[in-house]
Amino acid sequence: MHSSAALPAGPNEAARASEADAVLELAGTLCEAALAGDRRSLSRLLTAVENRTPLAEAALRRLYPLAGRAQLIGITGPPGAGKSTLVAALIAELRRAGRPVAVVAVDPSSPITGGAVLGDRVRMQAYATDEGVFIRSMASRGHAGGLSSATAAAAAVFDAAGFDVVLIETVGTGQSEVEVAATADTTVVVEAPEMGDEIQAIKAGLLEVADIIVVNKGDRPGAHRTAAQLQAMLADTPREARPGRPTPKHPEVLVTTAATGQGVAELLAAIDRHRCVARAADGDSARFKRAEAQVWAVLVDRLHDRVRSLEGAMDVGGAVTSAGGADVASEKPTAAGEMLRAVASHDLDPYAAADAILVRLIGGRSAL
Amino acid sequence: MTDRPLKVLIAKPGLDGHDRGAKVLARGLRDEGFEVVYTGLRQTPEMIVTAALQEDVDAVGLSILSGAHMTLVPRVCSLLRERGMDDVLVTAGGIIPDEDVPALKEAGVAAVFGPGTTIATVADFLRANSRSRD
Repeated sequence: MHSSAALPAGPNEAARASEADAVLELAGTLCEAALAGDRRSLSRLLTAVENRTPLAEAALRRLYPLAGRAQLIGITGPPGAGKSTLVAALIAELRRAGRPVAVVAVDPSSPITGGAVLGDRVRMQAYATDEGVFIRSMASRGHAGGLSSATAAAAAVFDAAGFDVVLIETVGTGQSEVEVAATADTTVVVEAPEMGDEIQAIKAGLLEVADIIVVNKGDRPGAHRTAAQLQAMLADTPREARPGRPTPKHPEVLVTTAATGQGVAELLAAIDRHRCVARAADGDSARFKRAEAQVWAVLVDRLHDRVRSLEGAMDVGGAVTSAGGADVASEKPTAAGEMLRAVASHDLDPYAAADAILVRLIGGRSAL
Repeated sequence: MTDRPLKVLIAKPGLDGHDRGAKVLARGLRDEGFEVVYTGLRQTPEMIVTAALQEDVDAVGLSILSGAHMTLVPRVCSLLRERGMDDVLVTAGGIIPDEDVPALKEAGVAAVFGPGTTIATVADFLRANSRSRD
């Protein structure tokens, strides 16, 4: 086919191909440098992962086969429970054993301005210049599912770069944060004393994902009572899974005082114990689940991108997927725009509209 | 990704214990849509530069009220250069006499913001002058 319309596509495609080559080359250079111990290159790779650029994908393809050795520990819990202080105490303990530690510390992004204050490093300053410690703060940026894929990818980068332990700290107040923590080998839920009565302990959510529960601020009155209450509630958990139900977790309950380091060695021992027991009990199920979550996240990302590119072709801006939140339907008179207006005026239901888009997606692209 | 938030490190080098201004700025820049890393009080230049490297920030804002700016600020700038981060924008704020500003700029500081500077001024400056990124 030599239609004149196809002619300008030639140079564009060549430019795109050389751009892709440049990305591949840069990814290769950064990976080699990061693997050789260059921290600046490692940091740039983490930025690419966080921003989900094409560079990140090229780098992860290179690094993923090298990862899989590090121990991933999720630390989550309500604001002010002492997660960052506990992470600092764990770093101290791990450094005493000579183990290189990476930290991914996630703090929330403002849903209104997109800004964030990332303040977790404040508690971790004792190791600010220790070459065996790398701390990276990340803003949650509010994308559903995206946060867990970004943190999992960041953990893989640290893992490949030779960090023995990766601590992932998130505020455990929302679904996505719980998901992040749940993708670690061991999930530690940190609570403060007087976190509430037994009813709080049986509510769905945070405590369910815990492999280990820590009542921090153990020097405060009520810490041991809170731990005892949690233990009493968890004692009722059945030992065996009923057919078709997930295996019930039996988290250990520990008391720590992160600020003084009290109980932290015991916590680390419990984390190692959990990892061994979990592996013996259900093989590498945590790793399998993580793999599943990662592939899902990439798949959803890719579908999302496809829908967006389709949107672009249909000139409807961010109207089809309102993930950005602030997007408003374009006023341009296009087929999709008309369809959306039909949904807005209740002449068409959203399911039929979504199906129509899905058909275009599948019909238009052979890869899917 | 051009619409991703700029990432800024707000740091307090040296021994003064007054971080009210740094916190107000951190919060203000958050409201301006920045991702702000705050590292707390009493940082050495080495700590600040390591944090800037690990966080891969676009800009570093140094808040200093102790009078030690002529020692600490140039040290941060030279360490950043040593570690290959000469593309990171450095600004300073706090109590810095006007006569010291030319020397600080010579050392690599892009701007000095004294008392009374509005958050919007700082935000606009950072947006206009931070490195363009991959």
